Amino acid sequence: MPAPKLSRRSALKWFTGSATAATALPGLAAPGETEPAPPAFPTRHPIQDPDFMAQPYPEAWPKTLTEAELKQIDVLADIILPADEHGPAASAVGIADFMNEWLSAPYPDQRDDCETIRGGLAWVNTAAFQAHEKTFTELSLAEQTALVDKIAAPEAAPVPKKFFTTFRQLCLGGYYTSTKNWAQLGYVGNVSIGGPYPGVPAEIIEKLGLQDVA
Amino acid sequence: MPVLTDRKTQPQYDVIVVGSGAGGGMAALRLALEGVKVLMIEAGRNYDPAKETAMFNTPEMAPLRGERTPARPFGHYDCNIGGWQVAGEPYTNKKGTEGDFWWWRARMLGGRTNHWGRIALRFGEHDFNCASRDGLGVDWPMTYQDLAPWYDKVEMLIGVYGENDGIENAPNSSPGVLLPPPKPRVGELLAKKAGKKIGVPIVAAHRAVLSQPLDAKNLPKKLFPGNAKAQEILSKDMALRAACFWATNCVRGCSIRANFQSTTVLLPAALATGNLDIITDAMVREVIIGPDGRATGVHYIDKVTRRDAVAKARVVILAASSCETTRILLNSKGKDSGGTANSSGEVGRNLMDSVGTGLTAHIPAMEDLPPYNEDGAGGLHVYSPWWKVRDHAALGFPRGYHIEMGGGRQMPSVNSLSILNTTAPGVYGSKLKEEARRYYGASFGFSGRGEMVPNKDCYCELDPKVVDQWGIPVLRFNWKWSDHEIKQAEHMQQTFAELLTAMGGKANPLSGRDAIKKPGEIIHEVGTARMGAKAGSSVTNQYCQTWDVKNLFLMDGAVLPSNPDKNPTLTILALAWRSCEYLMDAMKRGDV
Repeated sequence: MPAPKLSRRSALKWFTGSATAATALPGLAAPGETEPAPPAFPTRHPIQDPDFMAQPYPEAWPKTLTEAELKQIDVLADIILPADEHGPAASAVGIADFMNEWLSAPYPDQRDDCETIRGGLAWVNTAAFQAHEKTFTELSLAEQTALVDKIAAPEAAPVPKKFFTTFRQLCLGGYYTSTKNWAQLGYVGNVSIGGPYPGVPAEIIEKLGLQDVA
Repeated sequence: MPVLTDRKTQPQYDVIVVGSGAGGGMAALRLALEGVKVLMIEAGRNYDPAKETAMFNTPEMAPLRGERTPARPFGHYDCNIGGWQVAGEPYTNKKGTEGDFWWWRARMLGGRTNHWGRIALRFGEHDFNCASRDGLGVDWPMTYQDLAPWYDKVEMLIGVYGENDGIENAPNSSPGVLLPPPKPRVGELLAKKAGKKIGVPIVAAHRAVLSQPLDAKNLPKKLFPGNAKAQEILSKDMALRAACFWATNCVRGCSIRANFQSTTVLLPAALATGNLDIITDAMVREVIIGPDGRATGVHYIDKVTRRDAVAKARVVILAASSCETTRILLNSKGKDSGGTANSSGEVGRNLMDSVGTGLTAHIPAMEDLPPYNEDGAGGLHVYSPWWKVRDHAALGFPRGYHIEMGGGRQMPSVNSLSILNTTAPGVYGSKLKEEARRYYGASFGFSGRGEMVPNKDCYCELDPKVVDQWGIPVLRFNWKWSDHEIKQAEHMQQTFAELLTAMGGKANPLSGRDAIKKPGEIIHEVGTARMGAKAGSSVTNQYCQTWDVKNLFLMDGAVLPSNPDKNPTLTILALAWRSCEYLMDAMKRGDV
């Protein structure tokens, strides 16, 4: 398996920006810098030494989105990933909760996403106000969908386009990491199998003409 | 089974082992099985894989769905405490260094063996006389034949799956040693077919994972002939290790003990002898050298009480990881100003990591296949050993690389579907779900692990101005890749692009300079206290015994004179075992 990739951008930004996040994550120092010695912690470090058995997982940082933002996220996410024959709507698997956790996290990538999403949600509300003198959630489904068509269009301006792309990416991430949605995606693992590993089914080997290497 | 005894120590031991990973765990087990009284000192905390492993944990049970963050660079469920940054334990990079070195550290019982990829490759016959072949670096003070029997023993003890392919410089194991490899996944079969087309051999990977239960009845007899107690202990312990059940990535560790960790394979049996005490949360500062120039023990900081303490023994083995062992040597007092065991001046020099690059592409043939379970052995099933051993003159770079690979339908993560940003921009609604199903798992990637040549600009030394929170002077690194590595990285990218293209994908290879990973990022740093044939140019002899201090041994990656593309863990285990036999003979003779 290729080693998981640490985004260099993230790492460098994180290391240099660690002072600002020091309250959330004590004790991470940049290479080449020294730091005041933290106290000994014979108890477990909450981030570097997580307790995987603690369930539900203790909240690692305070969630910062407002009720109105969460409601708007649910409505918008359900247009992007609606209930249909494939599976439930995004709101039904806790998409707003996931986004609240993600966008409140202290890490550089998530802070970038937070700026994009919060700004974008407000941008969408302004567009709704300019067209209908209402907030986005007060619009009819047809009006909401028309607005989504605008920000999803290839010719959309950079700000709404970036918002839509980021928002959709987070919807997909939150939705398909829910175990309920694994099957509709085609992931059937995380179960134990006795005996030797079964390998690739014969029908796939035939379909792809892999008989000579199987 | 409890992994740890009480936090107690005796006034005097036969041997102190610093570090509990591959080298330390192996040494402790081998010695304890023969009745040697051993004290192991570990800087991290106690860790019990049976109770603490995130087996079957789903993304929903983790912060950010388990996503990688700067604080958890391999994801939330990675079995590692520590990482490239350890709270309160900084390191520095020297002004003018070409690249900042990233130093990975584990602070837990079992060290990095809890986290590694379980890729267990033998070094080959050419690797031991590399300098004689191309004039670069130094030869090893031993041949492949010297180490081969110990590779066999280690593979039988820990359990390694793989096949004997008879490929030059990728040695076969003795018959009956390897476990059968798992069948390849679909992406791996497609890669194999592409490899055939362009002349890259893709064969069964060698990984320290039990594809079937170990032969607990017969193996211990082969491994420890004439030692009934050792056979009994190993028989019992091997029978407790379950075979892989083809779920849960190995990077999480393994509560059923199907893969190799020091904490699941070495330490339980070592503790069962009654001859091993372990203290954790104890940070070794230096080796104590007596007036006669011999080691008398170690000075450590008890991290729980923050008090200085001393442990004494007849022999000291450092196996704290390459750079930590080096730091302890440099911080110890010897005859000369450069620390202990450093009359050669080589301690800290010859720092090497593996050259790493990766390339991934979307593979249309993998779209929309009927679902089947691709979790497999929690890591790769196939790999490519270096196939151009005889072509280096034409290639323009001196050393080789192997290729690791993976892709397909792994457990969904937050970014599993980021490909849709390119393939389906603007799409939403039910159509988006159809696109998600089509593209999920339809990517495959290759990553290379290559050998770098040691050079004078890659080293670590003590930083004269900085101490860590335990008051111990810290390491300062300096780094510079040579053209050898950059050209090799470039070749990797071209090869991966060829493979991906032959698989039907569109690949965008990078230049070598852009593709090469950070120094230290591959976490194979070795070489900073190398072994050699002569005292003047090396730190230890071929048995990991320091030339200057006869009862001081180094049993981790620090002693490697070169860093072949094969990941170092298996070799560290084999060297430690072989060196312990030498040590016990020397103790019997009264030489140490």
